[in-house]
Amino acid sequence: MEIGHLTYMANQIARNLAMQGEGAAVAATYQHLSDFWDPRMKAAILAGDRSGLDPIARAAVEKLAA
Amino acid sequence: MGYERQADFGTPEVLSETSISLTIDGRAVTVPAGTSVMRAAAEVDGQIPKLCATDNVAAFGSCRMCLVEVEGMRGTPASCTTPVMDGMVVHTQTPRLEKLRRGVMELYISDHPLDCLTCSANNDCELQDTAAQVGLRDVRYGYEGDNHLGLDTDISNPYFDFDPSKCIACSRCVRACDEVQGTLALTISGRGFASMVSAGQSGDDFLSSECVSCGACVQACPTATLQEKAVKEIGKPERAVITTCAYCGVGCTFRAEMRGEQLVRMVPWKDGKANRGHSCVKGRFAWGYANHQDRVTKPMIRDSIDEPWRVVSWEEALGYTASRLQDIKAKHGARALGGITSSRCTNEETFLVQKLIRAGFGSNNVDTCARVCHSPTGYGLSKTFGTSAGTQDFDSVMDSDVMLLIGANPTDGHPVFASRMKRRLRQGAKLIVIDPRRIDLVRSPHIEAEHHLPLQPGTNVAVLTAMAHVIVTEGLADEAFIKERCDWDEYQDWAQFVSEERHSPETLEPVTRVSADELRKAARLFATGGNGAIYYGLGVTEHSQGSSTVMSIANLAMVTGNIGRRGVGVNPLRGQNNVQGACDMGSFPHELPGYRHISGEAVRKQFEADWGVELDPEPGLRIPNMLDAAVDGSFRALYVQGEDILQSDPNTHHVAAGLKAMELVIVHDLFLNETANYAHVFLPGSTFLEKNGTFTNAERRIQMVRKVMEPANGLEDWEVTQALANAMGLGWTYTHPSEVMDEIARLTPTFAGVSFARLEAEGSLQWPVNDMAPNGSPIMHVDGFVRGKGKFMVTDYVPTDEKTGPRFPLLLTTGRILSQYNVGAQTRRTANTVWHPEDLLEMHPTDAENRGLKDGDWARLASRTGETTLRVTVTDRVAPGVVYTTFHHPATQANVVTTEFSDWATNCPEYKVTAVQILPSNGPTDWQEDYASWSEKSRRILTEAAE
Repeated sequence: MEIGHLTYMANQIARNLAMQGEGAAVAATYQHLSDFWDPRMKAAILAGDRSGLDPIARAAVEKLAA
Repeated sequence: MGYERQADFGTPEVLSETSISLTIDGRAVTVPAGTSVMRAAAEVDGQIPKLCATDNVAAFGSCRMCLVEVEGMRGTPASCTTPVMDGMVVHTQTPRLEKLRRGVMELYISDHPLDCLTCSANNDCELQDTAAQVGLRDVRYGYEGDNHLGLDTDISNPYFDFDPSKCIACSRCVRACDEVQGTLALTISGRGFASMVSAGQSGDDFLSSECVSCGACVQACPTATLQEKAVKEIGKPERAVITTCAYCGVGCTFRAEMRGEQLVRMVPWKDGKANRGHSCVKGRFAWGYANHQDRVTKPMIRDSIDEPWRVVSWEEALGYTASRLQDIKAKHGARALGGITSSRCTNEETFLVQKLIRAGFGSNNVDTCARVCHSPTGYGLSKTFGTSAGTQDFDSVMDSDVMLLIGANPTDGHPVFASRMKRRLRQGAKLIVIDPRRIDLVRSPHIEAEHHLPLQPGTNVAVLTAMAHVIVTEGLADEAFIKERCDWDEYQDWAQFVSEERHSPETLEPVTRVSADELRKAARLFATGGNGAIYYGLGVTEHSQGSSTVMSIANLAMVTGNIGRRGVGVNPLRGQNNVQGACDMGSFPHELPGYRHISGEAVRKQFEADWGVELDPEPGLRIPNMLDAAVDGSFRALYVQGEDILQSDPNTHHVAAGLKAMELVIVHDLFLNETANYAHVFLPGSTFLEKNGTFTNAERRIQMVRKVMEPANGLEDWEVTQALANAMGLGWTYTHPSEVMDEIARLTPTFAGVSFARLEAEGSLQWPVNDMAPNGSPIMHVDGFVRGKGKFMVTDYVPTDEKTGPRFPLLLTTGRILSQYNVGAQTRRTANTVWHPEDLLEMHPTDAENRGLKDGDWARLASRTGETTLRVTVTDRVAPGVVYTTFHHPATQANVVTTEFSDWATNCPEYKVTAVQILPSNGPTDWQEDYASWSEKSRRILTEAAE
């Protein structure tokens, strides 16, 4: 899966949840990725370059990796 | 059932808590107060002769045929316009009445052709019946006087003829157009003897008039004046079967009226609870695709998409398909396989396709066309209310005082419901329209929206948040409702958020381009105008913030207390006939039937126990993810039932690349659609006329689909899916779709009380149907939200990343038109093309002039994704800077220009916002010509001789 596209998707999710405040937004973004992303999408974003991720999205992906 | 005309009680049903008792011809009758004497008589099988009365329009009292005598009352009042009174004693048949009626009938017949035996309405004509009822034996006036017998027949409409020589000027057609359809296209022109039914203005015929061909006038006509061409060609039907329309999400029920296995006509069923006896041009007339020459009825396979198709037996096709699926699975794993269920197929068929994918393919890579339409509805409403569906039945609109219509164009997309809306608006309800275009409901005969907010495409959340700002800051919130029904702390957080000055209409006006003053007025009206109902469509969902907009809508309903009773609610107008059902049946990759997440162990175990297989606990791929994964090489095989993703999904080039990258594409459809150009297996499908099952409409109403003719391909679609499953070794043994519904009910709590036997007995059921709601649920969230407390969701406006600029300065938004449906696979293969033979580009006069474009000119429509050409319609229906087109025709392929931007939560494509440039052109683009050529080549079928 193309990492640029997945990064865009993760950032978009995070941006739309950002109003919840950082902690809640990270949790909600993580939950969204868990609930709706296919395993290969999760694997690809976990394995890919995370430098393009916004802070909330990056924290959510890191939580996914944990 | 055999053929009988639908019961006609003469005047509409009256609902009243007060009962009136009277005597009619010696029989005691008790009816609601306000009922006409005519209807009261019909309730006890009395048949008062009538011509101008029919029970779907108000009484008119013009034909003088339904006269009665009432003891103690002078004269002979018309029973249609005389309300019942307590103790009334009515006589419907007396020598005096006989004489009067016979005299009137003589006048009618003196100016009516005496060609009953060769008339298309012979033996199905109310005039003929009434003449028999009154005992007409001769006409004293003769037939030589002035008459209308030489008038020409208007054959302009493709589906029905208007023969004025047979008209008795009863006005039933005019009143049906006014009251039932609400178009007001017909009138009686002239006076006295010159009185004539007339369509539109002087010089118009039916086709050139405002007539929308809904068929209400044809249904209302008591003679052969307005008659379906099919009846004239085939003859009177001999039997009728009640079934459900396969077009939009309104879910109209029809009588399929047949001769043998030939469909003569589809007539809206008066007892249909979704349509209440009304129809639109598609459901009523546009069913000819079922027998169109393009239909493919034999299975076909090919090893490569560059090869012509080879017709094979079912056995070979299924064996080939199963073998290739198993090979791919063995080589690349189960997650390399997936499929798409069809919102045009039945619940049972959809259920089986998702079961095949989950239990047979072994992955959760199942998705459906709701991905590209109402997936944000499912997400947004489940978050806020706890369930993924609209809250009301259609009848509820008749109790609405204010309707807020956003991102929907019901007169084109959901025309039968639009007629109900118009009826309520004519009664005085107010309308707020939020739409970039001046849709018909903004202003049409006898209808005028109180407020039209022509927002900039992509700013729905900003507009709705500004409305919430007004409601909260001006103290218009229904705090009593909120305290009782919603989480108060969450409300306060939300209220604080929307109250911020940055959400005021004035601050947002430069973004939304909506007048702050007008927006404030609209918000005040919605909050204070009585029962407020919100109706919305794809103009809400097909945005990068589609889910946020749905949640904003839910917030607005909750803050104003407009949930949980008649006349209010949040009502998604579903696009396709069974898109609600397809979603209910577990067509999304993350959830099992009944909207339960695949990761939930208890639920998954229940399915595993029932199906005897282990299920993947991880969510699968959505359609756009499938295409990405195909290009990437990890997704290899796709089974598509009844969808044409190449034409309907965004960025055609990307869809094509995804399909081309797959090893195996199986298309199960009526026609070799555009997606089939990239397919290796074609499994012929069956039409809704050829199958049994159920559809679920936008009001969660489950209705029967009944087979009226044998499938042209030999198998119903559920049988094809079962055969494929069995070719893969699954050992399914369903013998009828009712058994599939039993399984659905067994595994899905909201369907627990649904069965074919109950549907047969009760006509329809609205889910949830279970122990909590044994008779179904016309209105949801009555005593509390499904999730417990209603949840206010903070929805911040996040602008789309699709930006206009010097290269692409205009915004394109797409939609549909009345006469066509979705990708046009069905409607393009009917005479509906007379109204819409090609996709057109609507453009404001200023934008057109700046580019030197005139009405009818070819224009090149280009975006960052691609380009196409189409003809221009210059109109101020769209605002400057905004252009609009439809996506019904593959020759245009409007989706070649739409982008892959999508809703943040659901990946529903952002069809409604594409930055484009438009320039004059002299014809199709190279791509269009190349595609047409490739498409033709791809559709080659080897003839037997060639084999």
